[in-house]
Amino acid sequence: EIHEPEEVSVWFREGSSCCQETLARNQRFTETPVNMPGADKETDLSERIESFLSELKRCGSGAGSLRGSAETARETTALLRRITAQARWGNAGELMEIIRKEGRRMTAAQPSETTVGNMIRRVLKIIREEYARSRGSSEETDQQESLHKLLTSGGSSEDNFRQHFTHLKANVIEAINELLTELEGTTDNISMQALEHIHSNEVIMTIGRSRTVEAFLKDAARKRKFHVIVAECAPFCQGHEMATSLCKEDIETTVIPDAAIFAVMSRVNKVIIGTQTVLANGGLRAVNGTHTLALAAKHHSTPLIVCAPMFKLSPQFPNEEDTFHKFVSPHEVLPFTEGEILSKVNAHCPVFDYVPPELITLFISNIGGNAPSYIYRLMSELYHPEDHEL
Amino acid sequence: MADSVGRQSDSINHATGKINRLELFKRKELTKEEKQRLRKEKKQHKKNKKDDRGPPEKEKEKEKASVPAPSKPATQSPAHKAAPVPVNASASESPVAAEKPAKSKAELRAERRARQDSERASKQGKKEGGQQSTSSKPKATPNELQPVVKRLPDHVQVDDPVALKKLAKKLERQQVRQINIVMLCLLSDCCPLTDDGFIQVFSEITLHIPVTVIHPSIVRLGLQYSQGIIAGSNARSVALLHAFKQVIQDYSTPPNEELSRDLVNKLSPYISFLSQCRPLSASMGNAIKYIKKEISNIPSQCKEEEAKRILQECIDSYINEKIILASEAISKYAIEKISDGDVILVYGCSSLVNHILCEAFEKQRKFRVIVVDSRPRLEGREALRRLVKKGIRCTYVLISALSYILPEVSKVFLGAHALLANGYVMSRVGTSQIALVAKAYNVPVLVCCETYKFCERVQTDSFVSNELDDPDDLIVTRNGKTHLENWQTFKSLGLLNLVYDVTPPDFVDLVITDLGMIPCTSVPVVLRVKNVDQ
Repeated sequence: EIHEPEEVSVWFREGSSCCQETLARNQRFTETPVNMPGADKETDLSERIESFLSELKRCGSGAGSLRGSAETARETTALLRRITAQARWGNAGELMEIIRKEGRRMTAAQPSETTVGNMIRRVLKIIREEYARSRGSSEETDQQESLHKLLTSGGSSEDNFRQHFTHLKANVIEAINELLTELEGTTDNISMQALEHIHSNEVIMTIGRSRTVEAFLKDAARKRKFHVIVAECAPFCQGHEMATSLCKEDIETTVIPDAAIFAVMSRVNKVIIGTQTVLANGGLRAVNGTHTLALAAKHHSTPLIVCAPMFKLSPQFPNEEDTFHKFVSPHEVLPFTEGEILSKVNAHCPVFDYVPPELITLFISNIGGNAPSYIYRLMSELYHPEDHEL
Repeated sequence: MADSVGRQSDSINHATGKINRLELFKRKELTKEEKQRLRKEKKQHKKNKKDDRGPPEKEKEKEKASVPAPSKPATQSPAHKAAPVPVNASASESPVAAEKPAKSKAELRAERRARQDSERASKQGKKEGGQQSTSSKPKATPNELQPVVKRLPDHVQVDDPVALKKLAKKLERQQVRQINIVMLCLLSDCCPLTDDGFIQVFSEITLHIPVTVIHPSIVRLGLQYSQGIIAGSNARSVALLHAFKQVIQDYSTPPNEELSRDLVNKLSPYISFLSQCRPLSASMGNAIKYIKKEISNIPSQCKEEEAKRILQECIDSYINEKIILASEAISKYAIEKISDGDVILVYGCSSLVNHILCEAFEKQRKFRVIVVDSRPRLEGREALRRLVKKGIRCTYVLISALSYILPEVSKVFLGAHALLANGYVMSRVGTSQIALVAKAYNVPVLVCCETYKFCERVQTDSFVSNELDDPDDLIVTRNGKTHLENWQTFKSLGLLNLVYDVTPPDFVDLVITDLGMIPCTSVPVVLRVKNVDQ
């Protein structure tokens, strides 16, 4: 039995001292080495899960991700592989139950970090596929629900996954390894397409900081000469880091404040942005200010290109009001030094923006370029519909 | 009689291209407007002709020699910034002539003669056309329906080194010290980029002329402008007018000079100085035009004290009418548009919009306000303080959170810096974004602007003409790390801090002015009506 640490909902800004204290207390609970004689693989596994959860809770404060989504995805997948290897399960159904349970805890720890949920769904789909292949059935082909299937088969999918196969574990682990390799190569795959889209003497606009876009632009800069305008994206100003990193590769960069986005847009040829999540309808959940950027690009008929790897594709829809927006401390917006007016004023600091799919021209992902209207199809290939709700 | 004879012989001469003495005779009969127009055309012609001639003092000299026209005061320039008209023929010529490099007199004379001949030939042709149009329309006002060749204002031509040299010489003539002009050459093919990247410092011609010829209240005003202590269109205009009142008070007419001409000439170097400290706003330009007109309308037999009193009253009435009473009228109209339960969005700190909201609150309207702010100026905090002090319920966000907050909003009130003649609204940078997103969410956008801010310029995007602010304001320290601290050491990195932007008229639903509530596209109508009145 593991002593469950107190769940402290962290909603203060990362740097405030009282918050640090609470977190330190939390950490002490998790890092206590459980030196039981004959330390089980299970306890080791649970420890790792707990530490992963606490890291998720800590780093997702929206203060420009302390680690990128790619890392999170990789760590999640590695953790799931470990669970597959070390947890006790007899058949595919039990394994899926375990993964689902852990998955629910992980997504609850940081609801805005959707890559965790996406990876879990991918692994679940892998398990289904491997199971189906082991059974040798033709179920690989008709994974989707259709009215016809509902009528004819009805409820037969429930008692699947109870059969035991000896090689299932090895197959699943091998498939997860493949997934990991794919994850490692996503940024390179996206950057390889850069030269098709960026030409000489173009002016490209971007907002905030995205590692994918950074790699994309740097790859194009090796052969072409162009100019980049970075909107700094207050209040966290991640745009500044992006600009310094780009200009070190001798890319001509200009930093503008958010208010000048529309003013400058008349001179821009393309807008290339990254995003936090790609939603199921082809819309985006991106850093705040992106919707304004997209509207300005639409007004000037400038193409808006989104560089997003496939692991950011999430089966969520944007209508869920309570889970869509995330807020951080309004101290960023109206600091405590303003004193007397603080008590009489509401200040908001949302982190994300919703960008509807009509404003997007192209998605560039590791499997190539797609229109926003195609996203639903890609999603059905990656995730099984029953896994959309963990 | 002589006129008709002259016209006939002139037509013959135009055919043959020879100079006739009768043409000189006819010149004296030109009206004041025609002379003004001729002078402008000649200037434009000269500017087009000479590419790499000497400094403009030389041409001024020749102009004096060739045109025996009476030296009119510089009140003819329609927009102050548009004409480096010879300021004061007698006074400033002598010190300037002394510092020119010596050229042999014969060469100068030869050049002068050649230029005179070509000028006269071209002027004949232009005068023909001009004469016909003026004879057919006896009451042609100076602004409309004439082939006015507008001279580009100096601040638009900052990327042309020749124009900059001319500006430097003009300032030297007026004994105003020039401040470095920094310009960002962004994406212009014609403009050469230096090795050190995008920020190109032009015209490092700092002239070491003492600034003691400038009145101290003007010096103080210039400093307040450049430091940003006085900011905001109305505040700057009012401060300018008060400073001019002081100047007029301290002014004394030198002997053998008329107040109406000399005072205007005295004001020109002050205006150049102020525009060096910070480029003039449209409202200030209109105020200056008004003052110059009033000064030149002072009858010559008026005594000095009397004239001064008249001018002070004029300035006071201008401030009262155009700014204070106008804001009362605008509030009255605007309050009709505010209903109970409204959520009103405002951007930055506009004195007029704050005034409207405070008045509406006093009239017991129930509403709440969302103040949107943007880096680096963060002017919204000032507006927030004023509104909260009144007791209005406020919310505060940054402009990047606009898409989040806009679904709650029922109306947007914006202030304006100027309204351009093609219906575009020139205002603080970020205003166009607010209008764009409000349009996308179908929220009505109302712009509040006094009529004295309407100006004749046209502009279609925010790049062709704008003011640049200090780029170091963009640097921010967060969590102890300043990423852009040494941005100047990076060759490829630039920071762009624009001050103004233009909003297209299709984003704006209504403009509330002291003349009433008009659509954005009616601005040129208002300008025309104002000109006819004057």
